[in-house]
Amino acid sequence: MADTGMNTDTQNGNPGALRSRPLARELAVFGGVSVLLLVSLAIAPAKDYFSQWRHHQKAYLKLASGRQSGPLVRNFHSGIRQIWVEKLGVVDRCETCHLNMNGALVDATAQPSRRHPVMPHPLDQFGCVMCHRGQGVATTAEEAHSATAAWEQPLLPARYSDAGCGQCHLGPLPGAPKVNDGRRLLSSQGCTHCHLVRQPDGTVVKPDDNPPPLTHIAEKTSRDWIFAWIKNPQAYAASATMPNFQFNDQDAADIATFLISQSTPSTKRQEILHTPPATVPSAATDSASLYGSLFCSSCHAAQNAAGNLVGGNFGPELTRIGNKVTPQWLGRWLRNPHDYEPSTRMPHYRLDDKQVALLSSYLLGKTDSDFAVTLHAPPGEKDSVTHGRKLVLEYGCAACHQINGVNPPQNFGPDLSLAGNKPLSQVVFAPGVAENLPAYISAKVHDPRSFGTGLKMPKFSLTDTQIESLTTALLAQTDRADHLPGDLLIPAPRPTNYQPGGEAGRLMEDLHCLSCHTIHGHGGDMAPDLSFEGSAVQRAWLEDFMKNPNTLRPALIRRMPKFNLSSAEIKTLSDYLLSAYQAPGFDAQALDTRALNTEAAARGRQLFYSKYNCQSCHIVDYKTDKGYVGPALAGAGLRLTPVWTYKWLKDPNSLRPGTVMPNQNLRDDEARDLTAFLMTLKARTTGGGK
Amino acid sequence: MKPLSILCLAWLLLTAGCSRHSTGATAPVPEAKGTQIVEVSGGKQITSTGSFLPQPVVVQVNGADGNRVAKALVTFRGAGAQFTPQQALTDSSGQVTVNVQLGAEPRGYQILADTLKPDGGTATLALRAVALGYQQRLGREVNDQYCIRCHDPESTPERASNFDNLSPAPHAFTDGSFLNNFSDASLLTITTRGGVAQAKSPAMPPFGGTLTEKQVKAVVAYIRAVADPPYQSPGVKYGE
Repeated sequence: MADTGMNTDTQNGNPGALRSRPLARELAVFGGVSVLLLVSLAIAPAKDYFSQWRHHQKAYLKLASGRQSGPLVRNFHSGIRQIWVEKLGVVDRCETCHLNMNGALVDATAQPSRRHPVMPHPLDQFGCVMCHRGQGVATTAEEAHSATAAWEQPLLPARYSDAGCGQCHLGPLPGAPKVNDGRRLLSSQGCTHCHLVRQPDGTVVKPDDNPPPLTHIAEKTSRDWIFAWIKNPQAYAASATMPNFQFNDQDAADIATFLISQSTPSTKRQEILHTPPATVPSAATDSASLYGSLFCSSCHAAQNAAGNLVGGNFGPELTRIGNKVTPQWLGRWLRNPHDYEPSTRMPHYRLDDKQVALLSSYLLGKTDSDFAVTLHAPPGEKDSVTHGRKLVLEYGCAACHQINGVNPPQNFGPDLSLAGNKPLSQVVFAPGVAENLPAYISAKVHDPRSFGTGLKMPKFSLTDTQIESLTTALLAQTDRADHLPGDLLIPAPRPTNYQPGGEAGRLMEDLHCLSCHTIHGHGGDMAPDLSFEGSAVQRAWLEDFMKNPNTLRPALIRRMPKFNLSSAEIKTLSDYLLSAYQAPGFDAQALDTRALNTEAAARGRQLFYSKYNCQSCHIVDYKTDKGYVGPALAGAGLRLTPVWTYKWLKDPNSLRPGTVMPNQNLRDDEARDLTAFLMTLKARTTGGGK
Repeated sequence: MKPLSILCLAWLLLTAGCSRHSTGATAPVPEAKGTQIVEVSGGKQITSTGSFLPQPVVVQVNGADGNRVAKALVTFRGAGAQFTPQQALTDSSGQVTVNVQLGAEPRGYQILADTLKPDGGTATLALRAVALGYQQRLGREVNDQYCIRCHDPESTPERASNFDNLSPAPHAFTDGSFLNNFSDASLLTITTRGGVAQAKSPAMPPFGGTLTEKQVKAVVAYIRAVADPPYQSPGVKYGE
């Protein structure tokens, strides 16, 4: 190259020596370089021309023309398409390949041309990666969908897609059951005793599994039982929340020894020591029916003869309770649980001595000989207490349970507030686990110890569905909301800390009304909301009901239990309920009660049975009506106030949001006539149970 | 001698690399064949898009004499669905249990189980499962709160069914042979304005004052999704 003629001649400075024709060799070199240049220039357009997205666009056009979708083909412009939402920082080019998002091309079922199912947010306002994750600006499927060296957040697998919603929607969200269930499990399985889960609005997910304090455990049960329980909680109660720490026999026995050693006498210990053990001969049927009539199974489950768990999951399972508790403790607990554990959710039932004896003999009979065999802890050794205490500290038992002399550890487990953002570079995968975040979280929740033998996290007994929900909830813990306008963050409705006051308040605390009923945003969801109960019911009925709560809903198994309340207590409660729990706008002007006459009642009866078919859901006459959905109305005239009835008929949802009773858009006169009819219903008997 | 040993070594190395994959992909060898394959449990399940069915599917292979056949090969297939395991031999009670994960598209999925017959043919069992998308899940939640009280014949401890108390009886939402005859518009009208609006039973109350339009549409989408036989929406259909 260096000694070509041209160069030599130019250096000589003799233009006359320039040849008019280049040498063949020069031509070849020049041609070669030109072709190289052309090829290199063509690389970019060729890459573009043969790109994946252009291939998809061509396939789409072919499909569209095959289906005579003329306008679609005519209006089609080839090229990169993107959704740009400046205020959210969204630049999504997914529509470059996913061309049929709106379904304009009917019946295209294969990706990428499948239509998007109905979605909660408009595409042009939110884009795609807000919910689905992945890399929006990418123009190849590989880069858009997968994690690459430069992109940590791959597309969410469809089974976890609710996690996308949970990044901004921090409370229960209709249509996203998995993230809702997962968040409930974070609380109900006690995950948040050890792990901090802080939501983007700053609220911290609180546990609600109520692990019992162990400060007086020696009064309640034996070292042998604690040993068997620690070894395998699910062997004692299949539904137990307590996880399995996979301790060996000696470790479990040492922890049991330590727990017994730290136990102190509870406040009224002397009393129980003097209480004779409850024994009632031949009262098996009485006691079983007492268990039934007190509606213990509303909260507590027990296995029946067929091995099925029957009952609620609000309190602990009682299948093998006879293997666990001492008769003295049980008798005292049934008499008043707050003496032993002031923070328990169990109400103070005010049972008399006979009832306590009957019920404890029934419960103590609930034993299991197979389980009883495991109640043998190895003998303690000299340093058992020290070693037990060391294990209790090491495994963070005090994060859940109150234990004398052991402070609850702070932030015992890793912070999970950003679990859904965790960079893969920080993750150590166990063998056999696919290298992506959902698979990691799922495997970790399923079997934490598979990641290493020295790990402290115990094994929880969760179903596959529960693991999927928990994984979804954890994947939703990202910082995406931090980068979005604040109004897009939808915080969970916060429970109030409402507590009734005064003497009635103390009584309601003792009876734990709020375990089942909600009042002004605080309480349980097992029984009706009582926020406006004072406007709804009549005093005589309320007092009667508390004396003997015959159920309004004969088909229900879960019912209001009977507390042996004294007349004075009933009066205190009624006074308070009727005065404090009044709905706004319930004055005398709301309804002219003079209009509630016989003619109106006759018209109302017609409306009830013929026009509105209310008997489909409500029972007025136990002989003829069979509606099981709403409460029985046979005694409505004794129970409800006319104003409440009228207002309820007009708009039930405004008085009790979420009620099943539909708003029938009644005219004022129809509501009045129906009220007149209902007020004539004064049957005192109920239909009995089903 | 030397080239031969090198060749042997090379062959060994090559096959050693292949063998693990090839055994993994090989189908289990059946030791028996049946003439019929039947469902034991797990058909007609409903789940969310992309999710596993709540319960595994269990099928059973029977012989010509009607007795269960052990060690017969069952292969599962179905467009869009994934099966773990894809194929397996029946156990001593003639059954195979498979976990099924449905695809990301909200629709009904076919679950097909094949087994070879002694005469060389294939016996096939066709089951169906449904994946609910966002709108149908929303509809299911509305259903679970309101509709289910009357439209589901089953009772639970928390909820007594009102189904048998009503005359004319309500239709379960899975009753496709009846509900598929209604257009979306009539279902919307009945739900919003009550049975009387379409000359149906007045026992069906109007929910227009209680539910939002979005909720009512979601319920209709749910009814369409769970219909059995499946609902075919009217309109152009292109064969794939």
